[in-house]
Amino acid sequence: MEFAELIKTPRADNAVLHGPRCPAVRGTLCLTGHHLIFSSRRKEGGEELWLLHANIDCVEKRFVGSLGTIVIKCKDLRIIQLDIPGMEECLNIASSIEALSTLDSITLMYPFFYRPMFEVVEDGWRSYLPEQEFELLSSVTDEWRLSCANKDFSVCPTYPPVVIIPKCIDDEALRKVAVFRYGGRFPVLSYYHKKNGMVMMRSSQPLTGTNGRRCKEDEKLINATLRPGKRGYIIDTRSLNVAQQARAKGGGFEQEVYYPQWRRIHKCIERFNILQESLIKLVEACNDQSHNMDRWLSKLEASNWLTHIKEILTAACLAAQCIDREGASVLVHGSDGTDSTLQVTSLAQIILDPRCRTIRGFEALVVREWLQAGHPFQLRCAQSAYSNTKQKWEAPVFLLFLDCVWQILRQFPCSFEFNEQFLIMLFEHAYASQFGTFLGNNENERSKLKLTQKTMSLWSWVNRSEELARFKNPLFEANSLVIWPSVAPQSLQLWEGVFLRWNRPSKFLDEAQEEVLNIINYNRELQAKVNALRRQLAELETDDRMQENLTLPVMNGVSSQAGNGLTQTSLKQLPSRSWQWEGEERRKK
Amino acid sequence: MLYMPVIGSSSLHPLYNCYSVVYANKVENVRLLDRVSSRKAALGTLYLTATHVIFVENASETRKETWVLHSQISSIEKQATTATGCPLLIRCKNFQVIQLIIPQERDCHDVYISLIRLARPVKYEELYCFSFNPKLDKEEREQGWKFVDLNEEYNRMGIPNDYWQISDVNRDYGVCDSYPTEVYVPKSATAHIIVGSSKFRSRRRFPALSYYCKDNNASICRSSQPLSGFSARCLEDEQMLQAIRKANPGSDFLYVVDTRPKLNAMANRAAGKGYENEDNYSNIKFQFIGIENIHVMRNSLQKMLEVCELKSPSMSDFLWGLENSGWLKHIKAIMDAGIFIAKAVAEEGVSVLVHCSDGWDRTAQVCSVASLLLDPYYRTMKGFMVLIEKDWISFGHKFNHRYGNLDGDPKEISPVIDQFIECVWQLMEQFPCAFEFNERFLIHIQHHIYSCQFGNFLCNSQKERRELKIQERTYSLWAHLWKNRADYLNPLYRSNHSQTQRTLYPQMTPCNFLYKFWSGMYNRFEKGLHPRQSVTDYLMAVKEETQQLEEELEVLGERLANLQKMQLNGNKIQSKQQDRGKQLGLSASTNSLANTPQEYGSDLKSFPSRSPSQGDEDSALILTQDNLKSSDPDLSANSDQESGVEDLSCRSPSGGGCLPSEDSGKDSDEAVCLAV
Repeated sequence: MEFAELIKTPRADNAVLHGPRCPAVRGTLCLTGHHLIFSSRRKEGGEELWLLHANIDCVEKRFVGSLGTIVIKCKDLRIIQLDIPGMEECLNIASSIEALSTLDSITLMYPFFYRPMFEVVEDGWRSYLPEQEFELLSSVTDEWRLSCANKDFSVCPTYPPVVIIPKCIDDEALRKVAVFRYGGRFPVLSYYHKKNGMVMMRSSQPLTGTNGRRCKEDEKLINATLRPGKRGYIIDTRSLNVAQQARAKGGGFEQEVYYPQWRRIHKCIERFNILQESLIKLVEACNDQSHNMDRWLSKLEASNWLTHIKEILTAACLAAQCIDREGASVLVHGSDGTDSTLQVTSLAQIILDPRCRTIRGFEALVVREWLQAGHPFQLRCAQSAYSNTKQKWEAPVFLLFLDCVWQILRQFPCSFEFNEQFLIMLFEHAYASQFGTFLGNNENERSKLKLTQKTMSLWSWVNRSEELARFKNPLFEANSLVIWPSVAPQSLQLWEGVFLRWNRPSKFLDEAQEEVLNIINYNRELQAKVNALRRQLAELETDDRMQENLTLPVMNGVSSQAGNGLTQTSLKQLPSRSWQWEGEERRKK
Repeated sequence: MLYMPVIGSSSLHPLYNCYSVVYANKVENVRLLDRVSSRKAALGTLYLTATHVIFVENASETRKETWVLHSQISSIEKQATTATGCPLLIRCKNFQVIQLIIPQERDCHDVYISLIRLARPVKYEELYCFSFNPKLDKEEREQGWKFVDLNEEYNRMGIPNDYWQISDVNRDYGVCDSYPTEVYVPKSATAHIIVGSSKFRSRRRFPALSYYCKDNNASICRSSQPLSGFSARCLEDEQMLQAIRKANPGSDFLYVVDTRPKLNAMANRAAGKGYENEDNYSNIKFQFIGIENIHVMRNSLQKMLEVCELKSPSMSDFLWGLENSGWLKHIKAIMDAGIFIAKAVAEEGVSVLVHCSDGWDRTAQVCSVASLLLDPYYRTMKGFMVLIEKDWISFGHKFNHRYGNLDGDPKEISPVIDQFIECVWQLMEQFPCAFEFNERFLIHIQHHIYSCQFGNFLCNSQKERRELKIQERTYSLWAHLWKNRADYLNPLYRSNHSQTQRTLYPQMTPCNFLYKFWSGMYNRFEKGLHPRQSVTDYLMAVKEETQQLEEELEVLGERLANLQKMQLNGNKIQSKQQDRGKQLGLSASTNSLANTPQEYGSDLKSFPSRSPSQGDEDSALILTQDNLKSSDPDLSANSDQESGVEDLSCRSPSGGGCLPSEDSGKDSDEAVCLAV
């Protein structure tokens, strides 16, 4: 096994671990192929740290005499410090960690070695197939079809093998459209709004270039989604300026002459290294331990993180508004259609579609709009806030999306089936995981890696009732309506659960969460008890009534005492059960 | 258009004199602008009454009303006339901002002139509390005033005891006219020492007890600055401090905390004032904690409110503006001072003497924050009322000057108690289970400090209040809040929870990010900016349901037992169940405000296929439910189908459809003029 070559010193005794917000612990450090393990000897099975090498963002080493110190900064933003006696051991361990945390080959990653310790009830790889999504769609409309034109990834390498397109477009036309769109990403269905039949599509930019090329099939495809006499909106996630500049490189945007039924709106969502820089600055500000924190707000401002949140949410709200309020169909794209486009289309669905606010619905959304839609997770999440390399392709696009979801969740705390922990869990797994779900950049790569056979799906683990219990929002009450979040600066907050997670005391907030749970659980317990008693009573009463029918005259005195003038029949009409079922259903939803 | 006052239904009305200044009492076709979205405006009629400005929407199905008390008005601005009319901007002390457009310039001018006069009363008798009548009888009124009793509170602390006693030295306000008649001082401090010390302190505010910790005898005392100049000293004052130190036998020194920045304190020496010289007082440790003065705070709030008022600000505008206002920095300074004192008392067992300049602003803030951290009692609803009564009202915080109840020097106005209230909110955010009351309680107290609807916060001192016979002529807020306490409960509070037991220790450093902008207060009336579903209200509803279930469980249990025993049928309980289902299903959500898209993309409106319903479905968000007539049957029907909060309604507290009105008097006298 080649890992052994990388591990020069597999074990160091008498190491000291300084974790965030906890006292230093002395113990033994072990390195394995995929984990850094620290166990304190003081308590039996007490404090043990298992850290995936893949979670390590950067390693720094310092020496004071012969005592070496390794500072490990993780992709989940945690910082830990290890004091290791002996210079050589320390150097060896540092270089081993560095090597193990930057393996080039995907197939050496932990998901290919991980063997689940839990029973797999449901194979997550098969939980959210496009065919199932299409089935849901075809129950409400027959204007769309599944196309298998991309089954060998030849039309668009970053699309899944099957996509949903307008019924009137044949695969031949589709191939022509793909040639006209950047990276072959032709417009596909992203969301169908059942309420009014309006749709949201997504694609990449059209390749109009400087001389304004056009593609009749492209025009036909997107016009096919319009109702007669109606117009639609194209939301370009780039500013007009950026979109115009893209023409010089062969890209561009839909020109009004060729798309007279569409109105184009430009929004300005940043991409790539600008976002990564923003994350780095934000985390720096949050980690600033100096006592003089006077300029906290200006540091927060300078990071621009919340500005990005506002821009993305605004664009998503606009898309949702066009669909729901203007009754118009929408096409969303930026340049590649793999980043800001997906942020907008997925957030718009959370606003519009109650299903996306449930756990399974949200998982389906992540699969559909991020994994299958070809967001390059492997590239974007290669490094996090402590990265030194600063590659252009690294960007916290998915984290920004999760942050936006958290903002909406904060404004509608009773409308989501999942809680903040669920979002944090997805953030962690997108950057480092034992599961194969977020490996690879698109379905094409994933199928080549044979992930479904060789690795475990995150959903197989999450969707077990043991885990789900941790991610359920106790306040959830199904809400079938569209939810419109506020995007005013006063309404947007720093996501402390992620960015201050390791720096702020959370004990009192955790206690509050516990208290919420207690209140809800006690209520449910009582409800169950009352229901059980009612059932018992009802049974007794039926028995009773049968007897009563035999000896009716005797009962007169009692029923008049009840005073409500209820006859025997009206009594049957208001069984306690009916109310009780309503109550239960409300919960289940 | 009427130009004659028509309000005076009774010539005995105390406000009769100022009717003469009301030039216009009803203006039609006025537009009320929505602050968030300038496109939306409600057309209606503006009424001026003796106590309120009222705007009634024309829209027949809602007839929404906006009521503003004259005493809440902080500024009125008449802006340049435009083609659409003459804009009038009214800013309120409870952070409501009202933008009206009045069609005729002349009407606008009349309204402006009238409001200028009405918003600046010159006599206490003109204030609302003297005409406000909640229809309580004399006895209820007296009971209300007895609800908070400070002697009872000092008894609760364990005083008088071997070390502390009540002193009558100030019984006719003879020693200090801004102190209460009953003051608690160390037993060893004779009248001679007190009087001597008082002569050496600004405005004769001698050291007196604010809080006593019976577990370890440590205490918090308060005073004003000593008149030490560069070298003056006073034997009695030194004896006074020694007496305070000795009243805590477990400790061999006393902290003296000067809450001013050192520079300010030093500047005061030139005027013959200053701070304690450690060499002259035996066993004191002197400490500066730099909280800025009232003028800095007033400007800071002003700057922050400017940020709040920005129309569609960018994230940068907002964060920069907030940082530049310095507001959160000041809040942190007050908190730090409170934390320092609480730690000294709880952890070191050392007594503390706190002062600033006059000892009625920063000192009040810091003493009450420290008390709140130390003693869980002050984190209960009743205890919080007691705390305000103790550290603010009785010790002569100048409510009238600071909050501009009567027309006075604008330089005296400063948001001193607002800052304290915000400190409490910041603590509630950090310790969600520690307080018996919720955010709404704080907001309503802030509102009433300015509303002058109740007599509690009138005048500058106890002496003035007694002379004015406040308790015989007005009502107490505390009784009013207590009556509605169900609306102010924090569902997470449990008296046996660990957060409600002991001293609270907020994190000291690094903690700037722990202090957050309070949009619930400063953007209070822009409901669209707040979370659309309230966890507090939801949990309160669940708790109420739980309580009903408990009762039902008991009844069912009994019934079952009876049934099993007697094998008899009973209809009674089933009918009760039916009632309950109804109750839960019908009560309106407290959250049923309209939720519609904001201006996410401003260029949408030029698109021709715009649906006609857009924009009509929700009206101005400025209006709060408090301002809706409680009898309005459309209250719940108003809610937008897209609000996304409707489903919650089935869990809202029964009868909780309307918040307890802050302007609960509005329907009584004033209703008369509406009918005119």
